[in-house]
Amino acid sequence: MAGSGKAHLREASDTIIRVEDLVVEFPAGRGRVVHAVSGISIDLAQGETLGLVGESGCGKSTTAKAMIQLPPPTAGSVDFNGVDLTKLAGEDLRQIRTDLQIIFQDPISSLNPRRKVGDVVAEPLRVWGPHDEVEQVERVDNMLEAVGIDPDVARGKHAHEFSGGQCQRISIARALVLEPQVIICDEPVSALDVSVQAQILNLLEDLKERYELTLVFIAHDLAVVKNISDRVAVMYLGKMCEVSEANELYENPAHPYTRLLVSSSPEPDPFVEIDETTEVNSELPSPIDPPSGCRFRTRCEFADELCERVEPQMRKVGDDHFVACHHPLLPVIEEAPFAAADGGHDDPTDRTSATDLAPGDGDESQTKEGNPQ
Amino acid sequence: MTTTDSVVADSRIHGDDDLLVVKDLKTHFALPAGMVKAVDGVSFNLARGRTLGVVGESGSGKTVLSRTVMNLNLGNNVHTSGSATFEGRELIGLRSKELQGVWGLEIAMVFQDPMTSLNPVVKVGRQVTEHIRKHLGVSKSEARDTAIELLRSVRIPEAEARFNNYPHELSGGMRQRVSIAIALACGPKLLFADEPTTALDVTVQHQILNLLGQQRRERNMAMVLVTHDLGVVAGRTDEIAVMYAGRIVEKAPTKTLFSDVRHPYTEALLRSIPKTSERNHTRLAAIAGRPPDLINPPEGCKFSPRCPYAQDRCRTEEPPVQFGESNEHQFSCWYPVGTPENKEAWERNLALGLPQTVAVATGSVSEVSVSAAETTDGDD
Repeated sequence: MAGSGKAHLREASDTIIRVEDLVVEFPAGRGRVVHAVSGISIDLAQGETLGLVGESGCGKSTTAKAMIQLPPPTAGSVDFNGVDLTKLAGEDLRQIRTDLQIIFQDPISSLNPRRKVGDVVAEPLRVWGPHDEVEQVERVDNMLEAVGIDPDVARGKHAHEFSGGQCQRISIARALVLEPQVIICDEPVSALDVSVQAQILNLLEDLKERYELTLVFIAHDLAVVKNISDRVAVMYLGKMCEVSEANELYENPAHPYTRLLVSSSPEPDPFVEIDETTEVNSELPSPIDPPSGCRFRTRCEFADELCERVEPQMRKVGDDHFVACHHPLLPVIEEAPFAAADGGHDDPTDRTSATDLAPGDGDESQTKEGNPQ
Repeated sequence: MTTTDSVVADSRIHGDDDLLVVKDLKTHFALPAGMVKAVDGVSFNLARGRTLGVVGESGSGKTVLSRTVMNLNLGNNVHTSGSATFEGRELIGLRSKELQGVWGLEIAMVFQDPMTSLNPVVKVGRQVTEHIRKHLGVSKSEARDTAIELLRSVRIPEAEARFNNYPHELSGGMRQRVSIAIALACGPKLLFADEPTTALDVTVQHQILNLLGQQRRERNMAMVLVTHDLGVVAGRTDEIAVMYAGRIVEKAPTKTLFSDVRHPYTEALLRSIPKTSERNHTRLAAIAGRPPDLINPPEGCKFSPRCPYAQDRCRTEEPPVQFGESNEHQFSCWYPVGTPENKEAWERNLALGLPQTVAVATGSVSEVSVSAAETTDGDD
């Protein structure tokens, strides 16, 4: 892609979260702006695990956090069960956040070191109820047990008395205790050893089934993402490259960037040939001044004048497989419905075409909002 | 391993054409809580131009091992014993004056985080030339030419311009290339690369590993690649040593290790990693429990509390080094994977309902029981 477009979005009635034209920008001083996320659209079906992959700085964490308004995005909409979260503020947003929880990368620093584990997990209940203490304790115990921690041993201990994997289990218990619908997992296993990583991945799979959760799973390890995800979205420099069903993405990558990622991912198999010949420019351009057109073109072997001038739009290349590339590695099945219109907007000198497109798409999202579930 | 065993094993472990010979190396750290046995009796050899991968989880002693050989463990609470000879010369206990003739010149090291291993207030060019001038005694301009040549050989674009950059002006991958250039500057015969790509993105990691491989071949340099990622070492090493609780539990030529696993820990490690070649939602075979306490390690085999095949003998007696089909394949286990004894042990444990065995059999760590055991372990 590094492109825009919404061909990969599904019917609004099938999805629990629908993000459209999400833009997140941060001031970088002296009037400059970091274009962390530039016009991302993605949706999540109930009970689905969406994997977000990409190199550091591609905006995967920013996208996921903007979904739960942490912080609210610069532009775009986040539709959660028919409510646009970006339009909510104060008490309304606070109420709805109970359904949206997050697990962070570093399990030890995300737990308050001065509080007992029982209190850490009970905290959400003290805010939201039930306020009956006996019931609280019961819920906390059930939750700790569900994540594989013995509540009788753990309740009175502090976070530092547990290993990284156990702390991550406690963080998961804290996120689950309010029975949320969606959990954002921001690199939850990156800080863990491989043997513990497998425990946590299995645990997340079990809990997802048991509590009918919808997960957004962020990781830089492609094998981890494939293992847990139903659908995977590949991001590059604040843009979406490719969205696909997980197995299909790894077997038939359609975007040159996805292929680069998959082929670079070290496979624990000594009989797999390692490609030592291709020298790819591995330097990420600055998100303050991203390349025009397709943002990946500076590193792409197929890049031409078209890629420099026009930003590619999402196009269908297979069943639930979409790619934003002018020269995809798979034949295009269906042109994007928005492609013609959006292409018209594209100005070769305009580097922030995504933000420009947002007003044009406004009517579109309004009609969708009138479509209650 | 007991002393008599190690003497017997010695002749089979160590060959003639060895660049580095490590014998019964131990590094212990004295802490108020007790003696941490970070490296606890490691023996291996490395021939010229060969690559050894050292794999293990955090706390397995892989980093301390490389730092011990390099004499980089500072502080008066460090207790080192055993020997590490490089071209017949003992490295352990060398004075810092003598070490200056070894570091960089004979043995070099690339660290995990290039941001902290490079000096942030010195231009990268000077960090490369400093080394060349000190060791090779060349003039300033000659050193500059050599340095630019080196930066080019590690594929830094516009090497002349980069020469005058500070580390913070370079990306993570470029910084790691600079530290590799510094390590290679004096043409060392042995390179320790300690998690050289852990802080980098996969595409950059791929490039850096390719670079290390190319440089190693061109210079006929031996390399020790320390990592927690079996994927990193799988296609890029001649041999792999798997470490657990300060010891090498299995060591074999790379392909043998993957195709003929003998130690239960290696087997468990390989099973627990997600692979891109598997379908999504493939159940991972997690290893029950967590790495051992290095101050009070378990009796007998250190892996026994987590091992699905563990028998009474494993819990009391330390297994000696055994050999596979060739002398190059070594492992320390009473019930090696793939033997009838191993199969019996498995069935016995399954019948007894041992938690870690049931966990592997059913594909789910029986969470509560294992965690409870772990937590109580943590108390003492």
